[in-house]
Amino acid sequence: MNLGKLVWREFSERKNQLVTGFLAVLLGITVIVSIKNITFYSEKAVARELDALGANILILPKSASLQDYYSADLQDEEFPEEYVTRLTLSDLQGLDNLSPRLSLPVELGGGSYVLTGILPKNEFQAKAAWLGAGIFARPQGCGDVGIPAEEAAAVTPPVTTPEGCGPDGTPAEGTGAGAGGAQAQETLVRRTVIDTLDSTEALAGAEVAAALGLKQGSTVDLLGQTFTVSAVLPQTGTVDDGRIFAHLHTVQRLAGKGSVIQAIEVVGCCNQISQGLVQKINRLLPEAKVVTITQIVDTQIKTNRMMSRLSLIFLGIIVLVGGASIANYMFANVFERRREIGTLMALGANSSFVLRAFLAKALMLGLAGGLAGYVLGTILSVTLGPRIAGVPVFPRLVLLGWAVLISVTLSLAASYFPARRASRLDPFTTLQEM
Amino acid sequence: MLRMESVVKQYRHRGQVIRALDEVDLSVEKGDFVAVVGPSGSGKSTLLLSLGGMLTPTRGRVHLNGESLYDLAPAARARMRRERIGFVFQTFNLVPYLTALENVQIPLMLARAAEEEQHRTGVSLLEKVGLADRLDHKPAELSVGQQQRVALARMLANDPEIVLADEPTGNLDPDTTIEITEFLVELNSEGKTVVMVTHNQETASRAKRMLWLVDGKVYSEKPRKETRPLSRR
Repeated sequence: MNLGKLVWREFSERKNQLVTGFLAVLLGITVIVSIKNITFYSEKAVARELDALGANILILPKSASLQDYYSADLQDEEFPEEYVTRLTLSDLQGLDNLSPRLSLPVELGGGSYVLTGILPKNEFQAKAAWLGAGIFARPQGCGDVGIPAEEAAAVTPPVTTPEGCGPDGTPAEGTGAGAGGAQAQETLVRRTVIDTLDSTEALAGAEVAAALGLKQGSTVDLLGQTFTVSAVLPQTGTVDDGRIFAHLHTVQRLAGKGSVIQAIEVVGCCNQISQGLVQKINRLLPEAKVVTITQIVDTQIKTNRMMSRLSLIFLGIIVLVGGASIANYMFANVFERRREIGTLMALGANSSFVLRAFLAKALMLGLAGGLAGYVLGTILSVTLGPRIAGVPVFPRLVLLGWAVLISVTLSLAASYFPARRASRLDPFTTLQEM
Repeated sequence: MLRMESVVKQYRHRGQVIRALDEVDLSVEKGDFVAVVGPSGSGKSTLLLSLGGMLTPTRGRVHLNGESLYDLAPAARARMRRERIGFVFQTFNLVPYLTALENVQIPLMLARAAEEEQHRTGVSLLEKVGLADRLDHKPAELSVGQQQRVALARMLANDPEIVLADEPTGNLDPDTTIEITEFLVELNSEGKTVVMVTHNQETASRAKRMLWLVDGKVYSEKPRKETRPLSRR
């Protein structure tokens, strides 16, 4: 016999009396776990969608108008390249990638195209569509959903890749989350192509390459400078297919405008965007205009807020109803066990023992409620998540910790005063009044 | 060994002061068997629980082996009860959700005895009271007499020097009353000091010494009008 066994025996023998308190905790924890689980995967799904779109924040000159998100840099207004430095040196969280660019119209082979100056590594890391082609490593951050590869594969359909679109002419493969086997090749390609992209190298968009018959190693004259095509980019379905990309500083020199750019594309973390990243960039760069893919982000912000409020509401409910229910049960339990408490004291138990006995019971109740709530909440979220939020939901062990922590804390807090009352009972009175 | 000095215990009930013990002086020597007799409401239980360190007197002192019980910290007093005093109650006060064996193990658990020792001692004591075949029975599955025998076994678990019995035969049939009384006599013959309060004169007559408690005062003989209560003066 020990304290734990004593408490467990009472706990198990009188479990019917515990039903109300247990159910209150169980239901509260179940709902919180369900909401938190669905919210987590919902946020990740939207983050993946945003990530798949590539840059989700654009920084433009103040007076620029935004007619088309993907051709926002094709306008006359400019701003200093130094803005990039400001962003880089800032402590803003959630900036996964920055891609400054400057575009010029060029005539080539009888057609009109756009020569876009980029800082290569940033530019390509910002383009998820190209990443899917296996050319460059995917940026880490909001695109990394932190779920196993097989789960990610279930969540995100593989990106189909045109054959022969890789710069080395090999068919590329992979998924949005990055295929492990292709990783080394991607890194190699990045180093050999991007890191060596010098002032005379260019990358041809798929449409330009097809129209002009360009391929790797071809040369092309633009604004009086001869460029060598380092790679032909895969089809993206955007205006980028009609562009030729060269080093930003080369394009700046050809444009004769100094260190200016027309836009900075930013891959911002979805969560950080919903937490005000755009406003923070605005404060950092008050002379610029910061825009985002507002519809998607707004939806996410609204969903997040709603889920967050729901979680808080249920947390409030569980604290009030669950706490009151447990406290009520515990007070009744203390009253019912007065004689037992008096007997234990007559047998030599001190106040501390009685206090510990009741708190141990509260601990068991909290553990049982938290564990059962986690299991039920996880089952509910995995079952209902796809129907409610349209996303696959998987069990998250971290929620078990939270569920148990909330449940145990609540149970202990609600039981403290009844337990203290039990420990302070006058044994004489309890024995006499029976 | 057990001594009360001018002990007064007063209660306040509905604005009225009730004096349950009134300047009680009492001395119980080691090996004594004292029966305190008195009508209901005379203060018998108050006297017994005060002797056992369970009820702080309004005034006066209670000494156990020279130590003033109520000058000890509550935890030390609990330890004193655990190690030296055994209580037997009229209503047995067994823990209903525990088996007979587990009930007997409670004092051993409180004394932090090892589980194996708890089991060995518990079985041995239940055998002693004739309940070897009822180890795993819960109180509700035992007869009233058997319950009191479990309570006696529990009381003996920590081998107390002093046995304080509060109406131990109050709920029992005549046969079991005799059985339990004889058990207390046997314990006394083994060297334990026994103080028993009862309203049953026949049971009390088995004690070595009988005291009367009337209106909170202790008398060495059945009080008449002129009888003086026990006093140090």
